[in-house]
Amino acid sequence: MQLLEYAIRGVPTGCVFALLAVGLVLTYKTSGVFNLAFAGQAYVSAIVYYELRKELELPLVAAGVISILIVAPLIGLLLERVLFRYLRSAGSMAKLVTSLGLLIAIPEIAKLLFGSETRRNPPPLWWVRRTDEWLWPEGATFVLDAGQVATILSTVVVVIGLVVLFRATNLGLRMRAVVESPRLAELSGVDSERVSMAAWMLSSVLAGLAGVLVAPLFASLNPFDLFTLLVAALAATVFGGLTSIPLTFLGGILLGVLQAVLAGTLPTDSVLTNGLRPSLPFVVLFLLLLFRPGLRTTRELTDPLASVDAPPPPPAARARPPWIATSARVFGTVVSLIAVALCWFVLDSYWLGLAISGLVLSVTMMSLIVVVGMGGMLSLCQAALAAIGAFAMAQVVAGTGVPVVLGLVVGVVVAAAIGALLAIPVVRLDGVYLALATLAFALMFQSIFVPLSWVSGGAVPITVPRPVIGPLDLSDDRYFLVFVIVCAVATALVVIRLREGTTGRFLQALQTSDVAAASIGINGPRARVVAFTIAAGIAGFGGGLAAIDLGQASYEASFPYLIGLVWVALLVSAGARSIQAAVLSGLFFFLFPALLDKLFALPGNWVDTNPDAPSWVAGIADAIQPTWAQSVAFILFGIGAITYAKHPEGSIEAQTTASVNAIVRRVEARNDRHRVAAGAGGSAP
Amino acid sequence: MSDPVLELDHVDAAYGPFRALFDINLRVGAGEAVALVGANGAGKSTIARVASGLLAPTAGAVLVDGTDLTGAPPFRFARAGIAHAPEGRSTFASLTVSENLQLAFRAARPRRDVAADLDEAFTLFPRLGERRDQVAGTLSGGEQRMLALARVLVLRPRLLIADELSLGLAPIVTAEVYRVLTQVRDAGTSLLVVEQHLDHALALAHRVVVLQQGEVTFDGGPDELGELSATVLLPAGAPSRAETAEAAETAETAETAEDPAGGEP
Amino acid sequence: MTAPLLSAVGVTKRYAGIVALQNVSLEVGPAEFAAVIGPNGAGKSTLFDCLTGVQRPDRGHVHFDGRPVDGLRPAARARAGMARTFQRIELFGGMSVLDHLLVADRARTRRGGLLTDVFTGSRPSSDELDRCSAVLELLGLQEWAERPAESLTLGRGRLVELARALMCEPKLLFLDEPSSGLDRHETDEMGDALLRVQSERGLAILLIEHDVPLVQRLAERMYVLDYGELIAAGPTDEVLADQKVRVAYLGAST
Repeated sequence: MQLLEYAIRGVPTGCVFALLAVGLVLTYKTSGVFNLAFAGQAYVSAIVYYELRKELELPLVAAGVISILIVAPLIGLLLERVLFRYLRSAGSMAKLVTSLGLLIAIPEIAKLLFGSETRRNPPPLWWVRRTDEWLWPEGATFVLDAGQVATILSTVVVVIGLVVLFRATNLGLRMRAVVESPRLAELSGVDSERVSMAAWMLSSVLAGLAGVLVAPLFASLNPFDLFTLLVAALAATVFGGLTSIPLTFLGGILLGVLQAVLAGTLPTDSVLTNGLRPSLPFVVLFLLLLFRPGLRTTRELTDPLASVDAPPPPPAARARPPWIATSARVFGTVVSLIAVALCWFVLDSYWLGLAISGLVLSVTMMSLIVVVGMGGMLSLCQAALAAIGAFAMAQVVAGTGVPVVLGLVVGVVVAAAIGALLAIPVVRLDGVYLALATLAFALMFQSIFVPLSWVSGGAVPITVPRPVIGPLDLSDDRYFLVFVIVCAVATALVVIRLREGTTGRFLQALQTSDVAAASIGINGPRARVVAFTIAAGIAGFGGGLAAIDLGQASYEASFPYLIGLVWVALLVSAGARSIQAAVLSGLFFFLFPALLDKLFALPGNWVDTNPDAPSWVAGIADAIQPTWAQSVAFILFGIGAITYAKHPEGSIEAQTTASVNAIVRRVEARNDRHRVAAGAGGSAP
Repeated sequence: MSDPVLELDHVDAAYGPFRALFDINLRVGAGEAVALVGANGAGKSTIARVASGLLAPTAGAVLVDGTDLTGAPPFRFARAGIAHAPEGRSTFASLTVSENLQLAFRAARPRRDVAADLDEAFTLFPRLGERRDQVAGTLSGGEQRMLALARVLVLRPRLLIADELSLGLAPIVTAEVYRVLTQVRDAGTSLLVVEQHLDHALALAHRVVVLQQGEVTFDGGPDELGELSATVLLPAGAPSRAETAEAAETAETAETAEDPAGGEP
Repeated sequence: MTAPLLSAVGVTKRYAGIVALQNVSLEVGPAEFAAVIGPNGAGKSTLFDCLTGVQRPDRGHVHFDGRPVDGLRPAARARAGMARTFQRIELFGGMSVLDHLLVADRARTRRGGLLTDVFTGSRPSSDELDRCSAVLELLGLQEWAERPAESLTLGRGRLVELARALMCEPKLLFLDEPSSGLDRHETDEMGDALLRVQSERGLAILLIEHDVPLVQRLAERMYVLDYGELIAAGPTDEVLADQKVRVAYLGAST
């Protein structure tokens, strides 16, 4: 009986999970995008609702209609028109990366538009505050609050509505058809554009509804709480196999109930309870991904008419004549040397420190080259693996007093070993599922292991000293810079060798045709485990270096999983197979926000030093918020990932191809002119 | 003579930088059956795609029943009565057999009796009736062809464009399909048939158009074709300008080329 | 009679209540050229999948080269000497024709692992290049060796698939509709290539094909599937003359 009461308590939470999960399923079914930015869209509607209710004090219905039925679908329409319409025939990886970029960019755009102040106590989407009198009998200990009632009712209505949409209406059928092949649908007489717009508007309404309903669960509005809740709800989505709405609903309810029952029955302050309760959804998500039958066999739907599009251009490396390759290499070396010299002689300690951090990050970025670029696996847990490397190194160094450099090696080995253990079950999963499983792993790591003192050292991060190698004391940043450069170059060489060698070729074969690779005897799972393991080792290396750079192994400072998502978005948009992209995106991640910061500080500085500066300058200086630099940087990072839609080979590769083509064209034109001139000269007597 | 159902007027077409068609003039009259023959890569499928709006021409005009539909989206062609069964897989793998058919029948103008249409489709291909609730992706290659065909045959369009109908079909099914096509033709539907099997195509067609390297090299009755028939199916010896276009066409079957940029080229 | 190279006994496979294969048994001898024909949906591709390990049959056993291979995955069966091509062509993206052959050769010789890659780099050795060019020559693909395989015509793409399969030095080659989508000229070329391959390499070939003249030209023996069951087996000409086969497959008019 007690158990039953706990179970019933779980239903409202279960409905929250179910609502978010069903929203994701709807987007996936109707647009083919596994839309992580759903959380961002939900956040925007929640902000709009908050502002309308609390600041403008609009009536509830008006605020609800504007935020959910007007703003939300307009956002959906905007996303479809400017972005996702170009992605209709793209692979699920491209779509996932794009949604990752949006996830990063949308909340920051909202902050710029609506201000970044904290919004406490989001208002509920319901009239009354308490409902105990009429929903629960006399003497009961359990009451539903307004938000819960609204959530339960909305969820039930939404689920029934969507089941009807897909089972019984023409629009539902058309949406499913358009997702698979817009062109084939058009041949059947369906206006794909309109159906696709309708699909995005509908799923965005659901995102808005979810955002407004769920917001009161938190003390203040925060996009990342929403996103973490969304990831928790993913367990329900996977339970429904990404397609079944009733099963997803059931999964959400079960998850809520399970959580409530565990909360009620487990002893209150055991380690197990404290670790398990908040992370239960992630554990369930991870286990479901590994053990739910049928997930592994789903094949990505491909548009049978994709060939109507022009074939993709050949990679720059193939198009480029040898003389350009050679001069590019010489040019690259010269630029790098000048950059290093600048760092050594010119930069002050602030910029030097940032440059070092950027180079250190580029090592971790190289791990993404191996797993994402070469292996075709969108791993979202490289930050966690980097943290594992850093923690292992810090623990060994602090515990046994071995030299830091040796500790680095231990970090690499431990990260690789854990990576291998993770890889063995995970590599069997297809694209999106693998991304989700690694995301679940990252969140499990964050919520279960990071708080443990034998992992992270507990509340106070373990300090890591800078090593002393021979006569060189690396606590001098300039010597440390050289050390980091040596590490990065060594890693880059290993990655290049692997990419161009047998390992890389096998992985490339597997990426484009699994069945054909198996037919010539390539052991796919094994090759993927190897790639994942190497990448984990490299990530551990990067993590260890980051800890040395910072002087401590701090999860909060260096490796939160959301930061890891930004890294993925950055690298993939710059070029997932390119060392150049890894180095530049690592540097960019640290230097760009700092540069923006300086830029935004200019008017203020000018006013400070020139008392007679015009008043409009002072106005600008006042208007600029200190958070702008970070916001603008993250928006640009996110938008970078969005360009992945246009340049799946990466923006750097695309740039290179374009400039190579331009150079070749110019040289040919000049040669032609010479030939004409020579011909004219020859014919003259 | 009345307006042709389909008219391609000085049409050029290209896949990105690869030009596939050069100055094509082609008319299909009401009730006329035209066979489009030529070697692989000659541009046959490209003409079919231009004629159904899948590929917008880079120059020239496409007219359906005298209305200029150049550059219009394919669903306008479909609603104007052009039904196209593209080469290769052309079914929705994630929808069931009957959902695949319903999608087309419900979108057709004027409104139709969907239940009767389904019955007709399953009478035409009993094999599909047995699998009506099976997801199309699990059908065998030949069964998927049948499904694609059932969709266009039952609609009785103004013009039916059939691309490589017999591809992957057993001889007995090919014969059956051509029997049905003959019926459809005799009932007054115009046909534009792309076919490797010359004997089938020639038996069906009133007129034959031969394509070589993206250009029309012959346009006349099947009996005028004469000894040309032996040579038209030979590809050009040297790599030609059509070669690259051919690669673009075959990219479909290769399925290795994925262009996430999507959209119209 | 010599022991068969491949023998399948009582292979049965069901999907969701539909019987795809019912108790199918067949044999392919060393250096034999055999074909499987049948109406659409008769279970030919499913049979291939069961023989090459892509799917597990519900019942029945497959022996290859004197040993059972029931437990082996496709990659392991490939290393045991089975190679195949695909009905819908499956090439590797972003690789040249030569790369396709090199990858297959490496997969067979298992040369070049992680350490080799990192410490010596894995440039193709002259041995490897010789083996590749021998196959390229056999199929007349030398001219296209450096071209990206995706940019080739369908006919040549199918030859690349065949070349890749040959690099595995198979004892038995499975070909799933090699003439599908090819025009008459390309089909003739494919037939020539297959005959050349078989006479020079002395391997066995099992073919699925709808093009009856091509099958007649190539295959010595043939199996006919209908509704998942074997309805005829024997020398090609006899089978094609069989009344049951004419009714189920060829149609009265042919």
